Amino acid sequence: MSVRVFAALPVYIRMKVTEKDVAYVADLANLELTGDERARMLRDLNSILEYVDRLNELDTKDVPPMAQVSDRYGVDESKTGSARFAYASREDILEGLRKSLPHEVALQNAPDTDGTFFKVPKVIER
Amino acid sequence: MQNALTIDAARSAIQQRTTTAKALAETFYAEIEKDDPQIGAYLTLSKDRAFAKAAEIDALAEKGEPLPPLGGVPVGIKDVMVTRGVRTTAGSKILGNYIPPYDCTAVARLEAAGAVVLGKLNCDEFAMGSSTENSAWHPVHNPRDLSRVPGGSSGGSAAAVAADMAVATLGSDTGGSIRQPASFCGVVGLMPTYGRVSRYGLIAFASSLDHIGPLTKTVRDAAIVLRTVAGRDPMDATSAEVLVPDYVAELEKPVRGLKLGVPKEYFGAGLDPDVKNSVEAAIQKLAELGCEIVPVSLPHTKYAIPTYYIVATAEASSNLARFDGVRYGYRASDARTLSEMYRRSRDHGFGAEVKRRIMLGTYALSAGYYDAYYLKAQKVRTLLVRDFEEAFKKVDAIVTPTSPTAAFKLGEKVDDPLAMYLADIFTVTADLAGIPGISVPCGETKENLPIGLQILGKHFDEATILRVAHAYEQSA
Repeated sequence: MSVRVFAALPVYIRMKVTEKDVAYVADLANLELTGDERARMLRDLNSILEYVDRLNELDTKDVPPMAQVSDRYGVDESKTGSARFAYASREDILEGLRKSLPHEVALQNAPDTDGTFFKVPKVIER
Repeated sequence: MQNALTIDAARSAIQQRTTTAKALAETFYAEIEKDDPQIGAYLTLSKDRAFAKAAEIDALAEKGEPLPPLGGVPVGIKDVMVTRGVRTTAGSKILGNYIPPYDCTAVARLEAAGAVVLGKLNCDEFAMGSSTENSAWHPVHNPRDLSRVPGGSSGGSAAAVAADMAVATLGSDTGGSIRQPASFCGVVGLMPTYGRVSRYGLIAFASSLDHIGPLTKTVRDAAIVLRTVAGRDPMDATSAEVLVPDYVAELEKPVRGLKLGVPKEYFGAGLDPDVKNSVEAAIQKLAELGCEIVPVSLPHTKYAIPTYYIVATAEASSNLARFDGVRYGYRASDARTLSEMYRRSRDHGFGAEVKRRIMLGTYALSAGYYDAYYLKAQKVRTLLVRDFEEAFKKVDAIVTPTSPTAAFKLGEKVDDPLAMYLADIFTVTADLAGIPGISVPCGETKENLPIGLQILGKHFDEATILRVAHAYEQSA
């Protein structure tokens, strides 16, 4: 795990993730990150991804990807696709399986409301 | 007296009126008040809710009516399961004041079976961690040695059972978070098959990997809790419509003739010698009980951790996008625009490990890296599942150590995320494959730290692993 094959090379050559990548990904993830956090993130992401690279030892050209296991087990295996999940579908019903939350209950955890709607800071910057 | 208190013992003491559910809850709260300042297992106590339920059970007992299966039994719930009217934080500051308006199905089913919910249990933030040191509130100390971690992420759930601060608890397992802490604290921990227990009301971490399951003192108690919470729930489309057997009755079936696989990949370098000796002795014991021990191979095991940390973080980055400071949870007060409000709320609200995983997952899903990381990991997941499918053609269950070491010291791995991830090396494979697994205590190290034996089973065959674990427990 901690064997660093290219340890003799300078850090910048074997780095997968750059400072620019960290800034870009933080932006995608709606995170701000302080300067210290960015430096730490750069180090940690590179170390983790270097470890993840061992997946490339495997030839997966003809292997199908698997997003989840529940279409393989506990379903009607004689069927394919969404028919395997027939048990999970139901008729639409007006009230759903439980009544919708009353307005005031749905708002009770909100940081800011006007009693009817959630309130947020202005959306458009001038 | 509490040391021996199992579900059946608690229930029958109340049924026979040698105690009451109220007195029992009071005893447990006294225990929590005395011991939890040193351990840190509980985050929130739900006394009103507990005593209301206890009163219901006592009324039944007074009338001489038969109590439900968990009648009056004090339980604790990992703080990633929502509880109506009781603060639920997922171990995170971002949900520091969150009072859920509804109940998690698993909790509702436990209560419907008579359980008294004492409170909510500490865990790594959003269940991300292997030591419970990532809790935003405070760490949990292992009741067996306070200088050591209880494991994670369900560290509070394991410690509460080990320290007699609950008869049974619910935890969640995404990469080993029930079985590894059970092993570290010397209790039983069961992760059911993917889809066996509804996740409705479980605060999502990685949806293709998240499971709810029990931590208990005995295998029989784990069977009782699973029987109570398992089964199709129309509120969770991923809960499977597969018949739930009577796990308790199944425990007594003989284990003689069962074929148990021992995968060589789980006994290589990095395995602590004390753990190895104890697990091998446990396997020998199972052989003496009439099980046939069969060497098997799970050749892709060494790829499980990297696969897991791509799949789990990718799903987490998506699941945790909902925390935006608008409808519930923490909101930064100094933001001038909506976008600034999102960023600052998430930045101040999430801890370091959660941000690390969101960043890793977002990176793995981002344009240009999706194929290299996420798609690659999904393909290797197929290979890991095939490993188990091949092995289960030859055997009825697989036995391994639960963790390569016993509990480590607090602070030992906090600065090295990768070292922390490797604590899950023997447990993540079952989450990726969706198969059930149980950890049952199997001895101690020279330093008197508990060791866990892990038993993995076929999909929806919890009955067999419970039966093997029970037979081992009874013989040990």
